[in-house]
Amino acid sequence: MESRAIRLESEHDIVVARGEVRAMAVALGFGLIDQTRLATVASELARNIIKYAGRGRVIAQAAEHADGRTGMRLIFEDSGGGIPNIEAAMRDGFSTGRGLGQGLPGSRRLAHEFQIESSPARGTRVTVVRWR
Amino acid sequence: MNGAQRIPILKVGRVLVVPVQVDMDDQTVIGLQERILSELERTGARGVLIDISLLEMVDSFIGRMLSDIAAMARVMDARTVVVGIQPAVAITLVELGLELRGVDTVLNVDEGIKLLRDEFGADDDERDEEEAELQGEWHSFGEPRHQA
Repeated sequence: MESRAIRLESEHDIVVARGEVRAMAVALGFGLIDQTRLATVASELARNIIKYAGRGRVIAQAAEHADGRTGMRLIFEDSGGGIPNIEAAMRDGFSTGRGLGQGLPGSRRLAHEFQIESSPARGTRVTVVRWR
Repeated sequence: MNGAQRIPILKVGRVLVVPVQVDMDDQTVIGLQERILSELERTGARGVLIDISLLEMVDSFIGRMLSDIAAMARVMDARTVVVGIQPAVAITLVELGLELRGVDTVLNVDEGIKLLRDEFGADDDERDEEEAELQGEWHSFGEPRHQA
């Protein structure tokens, strides 16, 4: 199955990203609620990139579990300054910007797998997977 | 993009009816918030009814906009109801951890108008007019949309 990269360079790309992620979720056979979860994760994490790193990209791809289940993997990458305190950023209500602080912890709850790597030198990569 | 201008704000009796029918980018959301507040001031409306039955996703940004509108409208002596949240959107909102603080939510436009009307009291001069217009033009926005 395909893998697509969606560039995130302006606020409008957040809308594009969540639309494309939803379309791919439909193509992968996800039901309506999961489509909505994936589109919402895409919106939250794409906005984080625009807001904190300025630009980056999201890669959307089909995923396959060892037990045969299929799903969707979203990889959000930027080369911004990284997240200084990941542990704090993962807490509900924590925000260094004007956000509600729901982006990261909320996205983790909407996904089955959630991984975050961040450093000042390399930027931030958030990988989420939702299985069908 | 000049998206905010495409979302209509209709004055129906003493209520501003806002049917959101497109996926909004952040600037559109901010623009809509500002327009609703200036329309409240201009018209002296007592209620704001935001119909999001066609919205397929509400993220934390849109959720915050809805809470903020409710809080600001309250300061301007108006009450806000959000109608028609799709079940999938409601589930996702809760999982995301959003409470839509201060926002009343009801299932459809009819319920929303009833709730706002109860707030204003029964002696609303424009009641009959409201009823007619809502039944005619806006009833369909209250129907939930389903998608395969």
